[in-house]
Amino acid sequence: MYKTLLDIGFMMAAIAFIIGLRRLSAPATARIGNIVAGVGMLLAIAIAIVYPLGNGTSNNYIWIVVGIALGSVIGWIAAKKVQMTAMPEMVSIFNGLGGACAVILGLLEMIKTSADNKAAIGISIFTLLVGAVSFTGSILAYLKLAGKVQDKHVILPGHSYINIVFLIASIGLGIFYVLHPSMPLLIVFSILSLVYGISFVAPIGGADMPVVISLLNSLTGISAATAGFIYGNQIMIVGGILVGASGTILTVLMCNAMNRSLINVIIGGFGSAGSSSASNDEGKIAKEISSYDAAVMMNYSGSVMIVPGYGLAVAQAQKICKEIDDLLSENGVEVNYAIHPVAGRMPGHMNVLLAEADVPYSKLKDLDEANAMLPSTDVVIIVGANDVVNPSALDDPGSPVYGMPVLNVWKAKNVIVLKRSMSPGYAGIQNPLFFYENNRMYFGDAKDSLSKLVTEVKALN
Amino acid sequence: MAQISEFVSTNLIFIYLIAFTILLGFELISKVPTVLHTPLMSGANAISGVVIIGAIILIRTSDPDDFFTLALGTLGIMLAMINVAGGFAVTDRMLEMFKKKKKA
Repeated sequence: MYKTLLDIGFMMAAIAFIIGLRRLSAPATARIGNIVAGVGMLLAIAIAIVYPLGNGTSNNYIWIVVGIALGSVIGWIAAKKVQMTAMPEMVSIFNGLGGACAVILGLLEMIKTSADNKAAIGISIFTLLVGAVSFTGSILAYLKLAGKVQDKHVILPGHSYINIVFLIASIGLGIFYVLHPSMPLLIVFSILSLVYGISFVAPIGGADMPVVISLLNSLTGISAATAGFIYGNQIMIVGGILVGASGTILTVLMCNAMNRSLINVIIGGFGSAGSSSASNDEGKIAKEISSYDAAVMMNYSGSVMIVPGYGLAVAQAQKICKEIDDLLSENGVEVNYAIHPVAGRMPGHMNVLLAEADVPYSKLKDLDEANAMLPSTDVVIIVGANDVVNPSALDDPGSPVYGMPVLNVWKAKNVIVLKRSMSPGYAGIQNPLFFYENNRMYFGDAKDSLSKLVTEVKALN
Repeated sequence: MAQISEFVSTNLIFIYLIAFTILLGFELISKVPTVLHTPLMSGANAISGVVIIGAIILIRTSDPDDFFTLALGTLGIMLAMINVAGGFAVTDRMLEMFKKKKKA
């Protein structure tokens, strides 16, 4: 009876995951959805702790309590302390740790399982491989997003071939291990899997990082599911497969938002591929604008469109951005924000930052809305964005961003680019926009530049 | 061949479960606005921390003198718990922002 109740509890937890994911995918119910899934997880953990595992189990509760307590505290503090701008990195690290847990489970099970139980060894080694790729891949994704590792330092020539070799070697060695298990081979296999994770993410360019994190996330889900087979635990299987499947769909959705195919992303080279067109811009000079001129231009215009990018996020300039918005709005200027699907580092990232600064939802225009409004916009202010406003995406097949939907800012009457320097954007590509006739550059840190503009606009009134 | 058909028939319920869960996972989030991509990924990531259940079972069934397994298992619980606690908390923080925006 007791056991049946607990089994039903596990089922309720699985249902909570399903309802949670469903609600997370609609704006109005997203927050509740997250809480529902979280409650489901608490229930599952509680049941796993008390679930009868047969006579003679030693339980070792003290170890479990220590692990859960430490993990909760560390996770909670990390989640509360992280800057909104660093969210994507945080998600990536969390994901890697889940993968690391799967690695540990796979390892310990292989050591324990008898060599004759081929199915169990096969499942364990698969869990180990997938978990390891997710673990080290996520850590490298974190390092790349945090700017601690540059793409060019980790990409080897012919990297996609190296990865194919890694894949074949891992599978081959895995099969060999199932047939002839031995401790040295297990160690070699573990190291190979961990290195493969790094190599898998290495060639993938910075701008594609969100897609990769989503992909690694679904890998962690799959490794959780296969670990569920080892323990015959349905909640792990259901939870893991749900994440694996929905994560795959989410990955594809993200690729679609950037008009790129998944294969393209995995093979990589975004930003590292030939910048054949860059040379065309040599000799041209981008025109600068003074803060006073910029302020006048904005203040006496009818409509202003702000295009925020990662530069705004890094400089923590969203609040000052809102200040300019308020000043201009008071003077009857219509101010809107054009949010590219991948503005910032992740889809939705910029919306979160602007919401934090109390920018009303109605002012945030998505790609299609913004592109419809741009031709009738007087002034476009680009704050720390670059690749998402690159006209090469439309007219230069040689450019690595070719085909990505971009904000057609050049159709507006005037464009002002706030940027630290002329250096290329995150994807490492030069932007011909800077040399357009209706474009002006305003160099400096996003926050300082916006502050100066605020002062100038105030002085005008 | 005989082995495979035996495996399928003994694990039929499991195979149903897997097939249906995969399809469910595909269908669940077929339409998501871009603004929710990051929170949804983060929430799903927290759910993948369900791997912690395996570590709990591992420790509970382990020999109390097997410190190697106990220590590694506890490390596993800790790492997965960071994923779970941090994952749900971070997702909530992201979504909190959306809520505030609605009111404004």
